[in-house]
Amino acid sequence: MELSRRALLGTTAAVATAAATGATTPARAQGKPVIKIGVLNDASGPYRDTGGKSSFICTQQAVEEFASHLNGYTVEVIYGDHQNKPDVGAGLARQWYDRDGVDMILDVPTSSVALAVAGVAKEKNKCHVNIGAATADLTGKACAPSIVHWSYDTYMLAKSTGGATVKAGGDTWFFITADYAFGQQLQRDTTSFVTAAHGKVLGAAPYPFPSTTDFSSFLLQAQGSGAKVLGLCNAGGDTVNSIKQAKEFGLEMKIAAMLMFITDVNALGLETAQGLRLTESFYWDLNDGTRAFTNRVKPKTPDNWPNMIHAGCYASTLHFLKAINKIGPTAAKAAGSNIVDAMKSIPTEDDCFGKGSIRQDGLALFPSYLFEVKKPSESKGKWDYYKTVVTTPAAEAWRPLSEGGCYFIKS
Amino acid sequence: MMGFSRPQLVALAVMIAVIVAAPFAAYPVFLMKVMCFALFACAFNLLIGYVGLLSFGHAAYFGMGCYVSAYAAKSWGLSAELCVILGFATGAALGAVFGAIAIKRQGIYFSMITLALAQMVYFFATQAAFTGGEDGIQQVPRAPVLGFISMQNDLAIYALVAVVFLGGFLLIHRIIHSPFGQVLKAIRENEPRAISLGYRVNDYKLMAFVLSTGIAGAAGGLKSLVFGIATLTDVTWQASGEIVLTTLLGGLGTVFGPVIGAVIINTLEFYLAPFGSWVTVTQGVIFVACVMAFRRGVVGELGARIKVAL
Repeated sequence: MELSRRALLGTTAAVATAAATGATTPARAQGKPVIKIGVLNDASGPYRDTGGKSSFICTQQAVEEFASHLNGYTVEVIYGDHQNKPDVGAGLARQWYDRDGVDMILDVPTSSVALAVAGVAKEKNKCHVNIGAATADLTGKACAPSIVHWSYDTYMLAKSTGGATVKAGGDTWFFITADYAFGQQLQRDTTSFVTAAHGKVLGAAPYPFPSTTDFSSFLLQAQGSGAKVLGLCNAGGDTVNSIKQAKEFGLEMKIAAMLMFITDVNALGLETAQGLRLTESFYWDLNDGTRAFTNRVKPKTPDNWPNMIHAGCYASTLHFLKAINKIGPTAAKAAGSNIVDAMKSIPTEDDCFGKGSIRQDGLALFPSYLFEVKKPSESKGKWDYYKTVVTTPAAEAWRPLSEGGCYFIKS
Repeated sequence: MMGFSRPQLVALAVMIAVIVAAPFAAYPVFLMKVMCFALFACAFNLLIGYVGLLSFGHAAYFGMGCYVSAYAAKSWGLSAELCVILGFATGAALGAVFGAIAIKRQGIYFSMITLALAQMVYFFATQAAFTGGEDGIQQVPRAPVLGFISMQNDLAIYALVAVVFLGGFLLIHRIIHSPFGQVLKAIRENEPRAISLGYRVNDYKLMAFVLSTGIAGAAGGLKSLVFGIATLTDVTWQASGEIVLTTLLGGLGTVFGPVIGAVIINTLEFYLAPFGSWVTVTQGVIFVACVMAFRRGVVGELGARIKVAL
């Protein structure tokens, strides 16, 4: 029994240490309150390059740049891996909000995890700024007064890439879809733009996420359907794999990657990716501001240049801190909706997205860009991958406020 | 009392004291998770420790308990205790069917059948409409107990989890020390002799199997209420494997072993989570160390050293 008691004592000691470390934070904070930002994303799975550590680095970049403007508080950034599992994400979010005093959870790619984290944020009225997830439900059915959605969503992607592809003559479609909230919604949104332009969807092959790496059987189904366009409703490593395998099969369809980032283009190489059209709201070589930002963070993430998710983490953190400056840390700690109300009330401005605003339902509005991937001969240097095809202004790029179905928007 | 020896009574008192005191020192949601998995491991231990049946698909019952309880709380608005009871019923019903098939074979074949059936449950969970596929059932409300005792406060639901955990723990202890439990142990030691003594061995095995899966289902039901989510993670074969590891580490065939195992495994996961895949690496090392160096598990070795059965 002695030993077991010792084991118990050990546990209690560990618990006490944990409690003590927890207790020191508020003690230190008596001088200056600490605003804590938790970056939560996929650190090891298929989305590790589209978000991953670079999101954390860009968030820290924003904090460093804003450090001299902090109005009576300090900022701390922590990082967590949700492994693309909704239960892991929701569990960690709960613990961060409850125990670790996190004031804002940032990024959270993978729509299924994002919706779970958003649920926790809503329940506890804590601030959540989503960058990495696509689902437009975050500002629709699943909206909350303490949630902001930044950079992109399924509606904006479907409208830009989908609409342009149909216009270019791709009127029959087959989808390969990651079978969870994100893929399903992206397919639904794209379908509505395709049919609205009198196109036709001939079929779809949903596949289990995140455990699929072999797409051959789905590609054969697509081939067999006779459709002109293969719509890929997936992201990250999955998109890269399916495009590579489509090339290996010599698939004779036009590929519309409904969600693709410059990090994916880099993984594919221009030889394979050339001619693909895709939509992002940020490209490092768009203008002086984006180039300046990229030059600042490049040394910290040399192998993974910023895409719209990383830029979103940077820009939204800046805007978040401006909002905290406006209302003060006490009001910010009191309720997440206080922070988000302030974020909505001031216009956004940063190097990555220029000037913009956050709408009542929490959606950040920026122009969206349809890019075409350059041929290897056109590319002048490292990461010189895109040429702009169409720019959709902020007012037209996003789902109209009245169509989202957000409960606190009065139509 | 209730078949408890003196040292066991002391250990039980210590455990209850820790359960009462812990939420004031540690994060209650974490402690609730530990208790859910401890109950799950105790249920698993009832089979492997006392009947000698290695079920390699126990996550199926835990996970389906999770799903059904979450669905009942969210879509039907049932109260918490009914959700947990439904979780138990789901586990037991599934266990009755699967058990009836699996106990027809012994040893490795029994394990393989339970694994195969559990994989069927997994694929059912990915495809069925009510489970929400890869998204799971999200935003499950913390249903009030009896319809009016609010569970929104972490400490309130902690009390519920503690009561169910202790109830399940005592139930298992009672089962083991009943005449029925003596027969189970006889089957574990020598099945042909138990048959020759006139016991209908298969009936006993099936009964133990159903009790075990039912309790596993109840543990799952509790977990979904605590975390407000039911997902595929809990029906995967990895979850089945983890519960084998938990029980083995704590001590097969000891009453307190699975509880200690759950504390160790969950604490490791909790503190190693920031290091990603190191969790599985560490678990692997521990598993090997446990099998090579102390095969009776933490509590088993401890009991052997101080010569009491814990």
